[in-house]
Amino acid sequence: MNIPVVADLAAKGESPEVLFWVGCAGSYDDRYKRVTKAFVKIMNAVGTNFAVLGTEESCTGDPARRAGNEFLFQMQAMSNIQVLNGYGIKKIVTACPHCFNTIKNEYPELGGNYEVIHHSTFLQQLINDGKIKLEGGGSFKGKKITYHDSCYLGRANNIYEAPRQVLEALDADLVEMKRCRTTGLCCGAGGAQMFKDAEKGKKEINVERAEEALSTGAKTIAVACPFCMTMMTDGVKNKEKEAEVSVKDLAELIVEAKGL
Amino acid sequence: MIQQIAFVITLGIAAFLIRKRTLRIRDNIKLGKPNNIKDRPSERLQNMLLVAFGQKKMFKKVIPALLHFFIYVGFLVINLEVLEFVVDGVLGTHRVFAPFLGSFYGVLMNVFEFLAVAVLLACVFFLLRRNVMSIPRFQSAELNKWPRLDANLILITEIVLMTAILSMNAADQLLQGRDEHYVATGNLFFSSFLIPLFENLSTSTLILVERFAWWFHIIGILGFAVYVTYSKHLHIFLAFPNTYYGKLEAKGHINNMPVVTNEVKSMLGIGTDAPATPAEPGRFGAKDINDLSWNSLMAAYSCTECGRCTAECPANLTGKKLSPRKIMMDTRDRMEDVGNSIAVGGAGLNDGKSLLGDYITKEEINACTSCNACVEACPVLINPLEIIVELRRYVSMEESGAPASWNNMYQNIETNFAPWKFSPSDRFNWSKEG
Repeated sequence: MNIPVVADLAAKGESPEVLFWVGCAGSYDDRYKRVTKAFVKIMNAVGTNFAVLGTEESCTGDPARRAGNEFLFQMQAMSNIQVLNGYGIKKIVTACPHCFNTIKNEYPELGGNYEVIHHSTFLQQLINDGKIKLEGGGSFKGKKITYHDSCYLGRANNIYEAPRQVLEALDADLVEMKRCRTTGLCCGAGGAQMFKDAEKGKKEINVERAEEALSTGAKTIAVACPFCMTMMTDGVKNKEKEAEVSVKDLAELIVEAKGL
Repeated sequence: MIQQIAFVITLGIAAFLIRKRTLRIRDNIKLGKPNNIKDRPSERLQNMLLVAFGQKKMFKKVIPALLHFFIYVGFLVINLEVLEFVVDGVLGTHRVFAPFLGSFYGVLMNVFEFLAVAVLLACVFFLLRRNVMSIPRFQSAELNKWPRLDANLILITEIVLMTAILSMNAADQLLQGRDEHYVATGNLFFSSFLIPLFENLSTSTLILVERFAWWFHIIGILGFAVYVTYSKHLHIFLAFPNTYYGKLEAKGHINNMPVVTNEVKSMLGIGTDAPATPAEPGRFGAKDINDLSWNSLMAAYSCTECGRCTAECPANLTGKKLSPRKIMMDTRDRMEDVGNSIAVGGAGLNDGKSLLGDYITKEEINACTSCNACVEACPVLINPLEIIVELRRYVSMEESGAPASWNNMYQNIETNFAPWKFSPSDRFNWSKEG
């Protein structure tokens, strides 16, 4: 794998066309690291001029802001913006809807203005431009896949179609859950819930959502968010279906279908 | 003449009460923090026309939307008839517009009657939905006592008012042949079905029935107008400004705190154009209603407690205490309590209570996933999430009272620049793993 680092490029007087913002989950979470690598494989395969910040990257501050610690959020935001602006970054792609939302919608008023796209949109564009060709759809042809909308892509940013178009390119049989798109049910991890136990209730949100996903009969649950990935995987395990049903990111599905 | 004087007095009392109550609501909303919303007026106007006037978001649920639409159009159109009532009442005339409009008057009356019947049927159906069909969002505990009674009173009042219009028109049609004071309207389709009930009555009794129905209807309407200002039904007016001032940014965007920006900039040694110390720092986040923006407070008065937000809330659906509808109801209740206290020279905001703690608990706000399902669901662009985030800000920044695991997460971000306890030097290790 070729993974250029922005600082190395800068030392040579170069800068990447697009910065791949890996995110904390993409950097540290064992499951999501596989998504990070899958996405890098795709970018390598199509020859994207990208680079990562490596150890210079740091949390966007999303969970801090949503849990209520605005100071910490802004400290993170400002130091990230200093780094990004210092390297003259213009365009950012990320596989995390929370990073995507924060950098896209919340960094501009703090001085960080970039073109920010989520990897689902990035992949959709590669498919539309013919840079990724999925002749015959590969191993997913005709197989039932359901897509779980990430709140921070969907309702938060009105991105509903890009991930679905990626799945359609796989020639898969896309089956929708009853609650999808604008009424998609949250996985339960947003708003910093990822970092604490749920409040007292009758049921875990991810179990409720996993039940709904399983009821579609799909053997693959496609996600596009690290938190959704964790929550849906745990939900499927809770229903003891992990042997038959897998939870996968869009980038992983493309890598699988293309045999990259 | 006596009737005219009585009418003018009635009208005056209603106007006085409505004015008094409107000023109180305005004062209560002004307890909130100023928030100068002047950007993108054309987008705002468009939102108001589509969402409030055009009821765009209601139509996500087609059947209730259609029935609601009948009541809404009925309200708008039948008010034209109320205008005639008022003119007649003041001048002592009867159906003053009829001679000017000629045969069109009859057409107009038939349209009003059609709407009256549609409103009546819709209200009956809504009463059934609320009380007989078990729709979860109408059964929630937060609707117990007054809110449920309020909803039923509104529906019953509308049914009674529509019945009064139809009875009046039935009696009126009979009188048109018997008394020259009653101008011909032509056949009024719906009310003529009620004629058999009245046709054996003497002319003087009929006049009594017609007059009673007329007075009942106009007093009912004026009384209802006063009542609305005390009720969840205020959405009929406030939906318009609320959609106008609704959030235009992407739903994922959380409002910035410029006060914090200035402090962070000076901590990081970045130049700032704003003065180092803002004129009035106030609290970080919101503990009480005066810490919220005025538009969040207006939103609370705009809420008609339909519960579409709560019906979509993942926390609520899985049995957590959070209900976005209750957040809005609590905010309004707190405003009312504070406003009432101020009006009698009481302690007002300093009554030892606060929105957070005495109305809304931490358990509720801690359950929110910020998924925006409630915001998406609201037919009048209310944003409960804005209030939840402000309350969380107070808990985290003023009380340091966030859940222990959140404090750990904060600490991890501060020391490791990631919400988990991993070393920042390991951040790029993934590149070396197979």
